[in-house]
Amino acid sequence: MEKVIWDIEANKVTSLLKEGKRVDGRKFDERRKVTVQKNISDNAEGSAKVNMGKTEVIAGVKMILGTPYPDNLDKGTISVGTELLPLASPQFEVGPPREAAIEIARVVDRGIRESKAIDFKSLCIREGELVWIAFIDFYVTNYDGNAFDAGSIAALAALNETKIPKVEDDKIVKHEYSGKLKLLKQPLLSTVSKIAGELVLDPTLIEEKAQEARFSCAVSDDKTMCAFQKGIGGSFKVSEIDKCIELSFKSAKEIRKLV
Amino acid sequence: MTKKDEKIEYVKNGKRLDGRKVDEIRPLKMKVGVLPNADGSAYLEWGQNKVLVGVHGPKEALPKHKQNPYKGLVRFTYRMASFSVPDRKNPRPGRRESEISKVSGEALEKAIFLERFPNCAIDIYVEIFDSNAGSRAAGITAASLALADAGIPMKDLVCAVGVGKAGGEIILDLNKDEEDAPDAVDIPIAIMPRTEEITLLQMDGPLTKPEWSKAVKLGIQGCKQVHEAQKEALRKKFAEAEKGK
Repeated sequence: MEKVIWDIEANKVTSLLKEGKRVDGRKFDERRKVTVQKNISDNAEGSAKVNMGKTEVIAGVKMILGTPYPDNLDKGTISVGTELLPLASPQFEVGPPREAAIEIARVVDRGIRESKAIDFKSLCIREGELVWIAFIDFYVTNYDGNAFDAGSIAALAALNETKIPKVEDDKIVKHEYSGKLKLLKQPLLSTVSKIAGELVLDPTLIEEKAQEARFSCAVSDDKTMCAFQKGIGGSFKVSEIDKCIELSFKSAKEIRKLV
Repeated sequence: MTKKDEKIEYVKNGKRLDGRKVDEIRPLKMKVGVLPNADGSAYLEWGQNKVLVGVHGPKEALPKHKQNPYKGLVRFTYRMASFSVPDRKNPRPGRRESEISKVSGEALEKAIFLERFPNCAIDIYVEIFDSNAGSRAAGITAASLALADAGIPMKDLVCAVGVGKAGGEIILDLNKDEEDAPDAVDIPIAIMPRTEEITLLQMDGPLTKPEWSKAVKLGIQGCKQVHEAQKEALRKKFAEAEKGK
């Protein structure tokens, strides 16, 4: 039954797009309104809440001391996790993250990691022994499509606020900080849905139900891309990918002012 | 592993560290129909990568609530053996394997006439026994062969390759040493060769637009080389079947 309702909704999305319209009246290359609220958790080293239309995401960063990877003894690292909370949508279930959430987290992770926004060497305290690991976790608390972009904005906003805890005798001193985490780039992800052959930026949930393919591109400045991810069963022509890339550069420039 | 060194020349006089040209893929070996219990199967060696794929189905999709009354499901499982990497891999499936499974299945969907198999599932199991960069491309390429071997109707084969950058050069089919370059960029790409539609595309940057344009041309050209090898492997299998009659 639920499936039938989604099909009707999806058909509406498709037929309107053929007339050059989106269901919520946006232009094809227009994002939903984004608002960012910073420092929403006192215990987190950095945190932010992002509202993107009706999609809402809460992100927090915890800085943890750990040992470096054997192949990167002089570097700290990051770890990104996502949960699609059951309170966010009737379609999400209780339990550990599954494929969909894992994909979102890994794509946001790649955007941050590959942009070289964080100098991992600066997270090294003692080579081979002690490094910082930045755990960036974001929770989708209300889902209306495109957790990729909302998560990426929330993660970056939280990182921009992140303080580095004070360390004494190789232990973290709670609620005391030695400085802020320095970000060298501002990587942001933009996601485009292909629906009935048209490309639309920042899909809502019903647009996602109608999409044949999805493409996300993270850019770190006006010239450099740092991650791609194509998803869903459909396909893209090279010219369509190029168009998505253009949209990503344009969109990231606008969002960067907010984070 | 060699220590990452900025001074390595990844391309010298048109030759790469392993002697290949910038647009040359590693040696490919493919065999179709290797597992008696599977409906379709394939074995692929691609450089050091060794991949075994079995396809089971189409069969009734279970649990029932997963069924789609309009089209069949593609369920792709990519797994790496514990001994397939230099340090032992924890055999428990990790996040990387989950993501690769998801995008690889999605890369094959468009090529299959799924609307002919409502409420059914096609299960694809990819096992990597040895790896050296490019194992997801190897998995998709071999999976497409196994689907053909299972007699599942398809619009086209799907062929994949990794393209990317090492030492400032855009190169095809990176090996592990190239993938570990300090400026390495990895772009796995899969296409349906007849229409050149892209069905898988990922990238770990940083990359500029001109570099991307160069990379995607090289990637599509590489996929087409892989496609020729796929066709040859299928022809060989059916020629053998013909002889055995």
